[in-house]
Amino acid sequence: MDKAEIKNTIRPLGKKTFHMGGVHPEANKIAHEQTVEEFPLPDQAVVYMTQHLGAPANPVVQKGDKVKVGQLIGEANGFVSANVHAPISGTVSKVDMVADISGYKKPAVVIDREGDEWMEDIDTTPDIVREIKLSKEEIIARMKDRGIVGLGGACFPTHIKYMLKPEQKCEYLIINAAECEPYISTDNRMAIEHAEECIVGVEIALIASGADRAVIGIEDNKPYATAVLANAAKGHPKITVQPLRIKYPQGAEKQLIKAITGRSVPNGALPISVGCIVNNLTTTYAIYQAVQKNMPIVQTFTTVSGKSVPADKCRNFHLRLGTPIKAVMDAVGIPEDTGKIISGGPMMGKAIANLDAYAAKGMSSFLFLNEKEAARGEVSNCLRCGKCVEACPMGLEPYRLQAFSELNRLEDCEKYGIMNCIECGSCQFTCPSNRPILDFVRVGKAKTGAAIRARAAAAQK
Amino acid sequence: MMITFLSVVVIWKAIGVIAAIGILAAVVLYFISKKFHVEEDPRIDMIVEFLPGANCGGCGFAGCRNLAETMVARCTMDGCKCPGNSAENNAKIAAILGIEAGETTPKVAVVRCQGTCENAPAKVQYDSAFTCAFANNLFAGENGCPNGCLGCGDCVKACNFGAIHIDEVTKLPVVDEEKCVGCGVCAKNCPRNVIEVRPKGPKGRRVYVACNNKEKGAVAMKNCKAACIGCGKCTKACPFEAITLENNLAYIDPAKCKMCRKCVAECPKHAIVAVNFPAPVAKPAPAPAPEAKPEAAAEPEAVKAEAN
Repeated sequence: MDKAEIKNTIRPLGKKTFHMGGVHPEANKIAHEQTVEEFPLPDQAVVYMTQHLGAPANPVVQKGDKVKVGQLIGEANGFVSANVHAPISGTVSKVDMVADISGYKKPAVVIDREGDEWMEDIDTTPDIVREIKLSKEEIIARMKDRGIVGLGGACFPTHIKYMLKPEQKCEYLIINAAECEPYISTDNRMAIEHAEECIVGVEIALIASGADRAVIGIEDNKPYATAVLANAAKGHPKITVQPLRIKYPQGAEKQLIKAITGRSVPNGALPISVGCIVNNLTTTYAIYQAVQKNMPIVQTFTTVSGKSVPADKCRNFHLRLGTPIKAVMDAVGIPEDTGKIISGGPMMGKAIANLDAYAAKGMSSFLFLNEKEAARGEVSNCLRCGKCVEACPMGLEPYRLQAFSELNRLEDCEKYGIMNCIECGSCQFTCPSNRPILDFVRVGKAKTGAAIRARAAAAQK
Repeated sequence: MMITFLSVVVIWKAIGVIAAIGILAAVVLYFISKKFHVEEDPRIDMIVEFLPGANCGGCGFAGCRNLAETMVARCTMDGCKCPGNSAENNAKIAAILGIEAGETTPKVAVVRCQGTCENAPAKVQYDSAFTCAFANNLFAGENGCPNGCLGCGDCVKACNFGAIHIDEVTKLPVVDEEKCVGCGVCAKNCPRNVIEVRPKGPKGRRVYVACNNKEKGAVAMKNCKAACIGCGKCTKACPFEAITLENNLAYIDPAKCKMCRKCVAECPKHAIVAVNFPAPVAKPAPAPAPEAKPEAAAEPEAVKAEAN
């Protein structure tokens, strides 16, 4: 496709965005053009049982067991939980507690690799299977069985989103390809390299949700990906591609719904309350793999990037879960002036406190920030300039919430809507006094949430 | 002359008017206060006199007055006692209530971590909001110990008596025994349960495990030189069965400990500390094994150095 053709494809689609708040961080999509490379298999994989939101999975293998790729090794434990499968074949050398990127120990299964033998019922051929044979219930059961979680970062078990109550009806299926976080390029590569699979994945999700429309939202700094997706969606009348104006946090669930449908999700409610289900583009690929090829999530797409990394070394990898993060770092080489390494985007990602950790579901990037970028500025007093209020996409008053949280005034935190905070970090990004607004809001949100739950429990008694 | 006279009249007039308003208001207020008088037990005010008045919340009630009200309403001090009060004041309160004072063991907060910059060097640098509550949610700590002190001073902020400060060299909290009343507010605010409120002990002497590590010994040793590795030597050395071992961590029961300090000498990581004991020359306690003496002596000194 040449430039004119891309332009002609995108222009009729128009552009949308959300209107309240938002910021414009530098996009830095350095790895946009890099084709996804298969990362070499690790000799040993450490698979955490906590690769999703909710309760950790129960390990179902023991030391000495032989496992094949795709074999169930961790069983979902509770309603909000997800299955975990072996990412490499070999022998289980131990089931133990292993530190993750935060340094805290999490239950994990350690597998020593022997060859690369997959389970027989998994189709590993690259052929695209278009015909969908399963029914709605079978699809949801398959999602649950194959351990599908939201790969946008939060890792919420996907099947739960599709288990609707009788009174709920899904009108819109919204596919999030906005990728509003700087640096990360996996959704862009996904759209370019696996557009057809993704579209089949969306068709499957349409069946599962019972919606009549699916909209793929994508920010317009990815014109090529938009055009490829629009072309792939041509034969599918239910699926449309919607370019979005660049603005952070466009990829947040509520903001994306607002941008695409104009509907506002009420406080404390889920997207289904306005008839929407939101999934990430990479998740639709995982759904496609699970339903059409019976493949569980055993791999993750990851961008390795950073300003001080030489441009040719900013790459996109397709790596097995449980690969040591050190191996990924070695493949790129940690730049000398690195001040901080972040997993999952500079705005919402987490600094890695322990490099002896292992890749998990939803780790969409490893970023090397140089010392200058990594350093926080000197904190000074709040100027009451109101920039954070202007930037907040949820219409909150972040400076105030910070103060309430710092003073432990939880009733005020609740009154001023701290529970609505989506933790996007726009307030802290825009603060001229470098105040740790989001840090304190997170503390306050956790404490307020606990207080509300305690109150509800007391009321039940 | 005229002007002076006039001004004197004006001043007297003003004083007269204001005084009249004052008297009228006083009369009104008097009748209102009679009308809306709330009957309150006079003992409440008397008890409040003998409470510290810091409103720390360590007792679990909303301030000293609320505690006094509860005491009077229940007519007992069981379950509603000020943890920071002196025995003398408690006796006076008991006298007001007309009950037996009961025994109070003075308590003090102890910091169960020796992860100084030297013992547990930082592997990563933390630069987010300087509060333990947030740091604890975020990561295991600069030195990698998931149970140790984070050093952001939530306990310092919580203390109503100014009894805790962060040592500049060790980056660990230090409790001022003189000021600490043992109310336990610091322990409640520590997200990692590093601070424990223990009986102060006779003459302020006490022996405790200054570590909160719950990891296996080999892992703990990588993070901190002074970590309790759960070897169990102290449990065997203790003649009074006061030491229990759980989750790789030794715990000395203050009720059973007779302060013989055999465990202090036995601990290979110097994780057990004994404070406020006199120098080993004039030791009244049963002497530990002679070769271990220097070690036992070294400990209190080290603690003192931290406290300074």
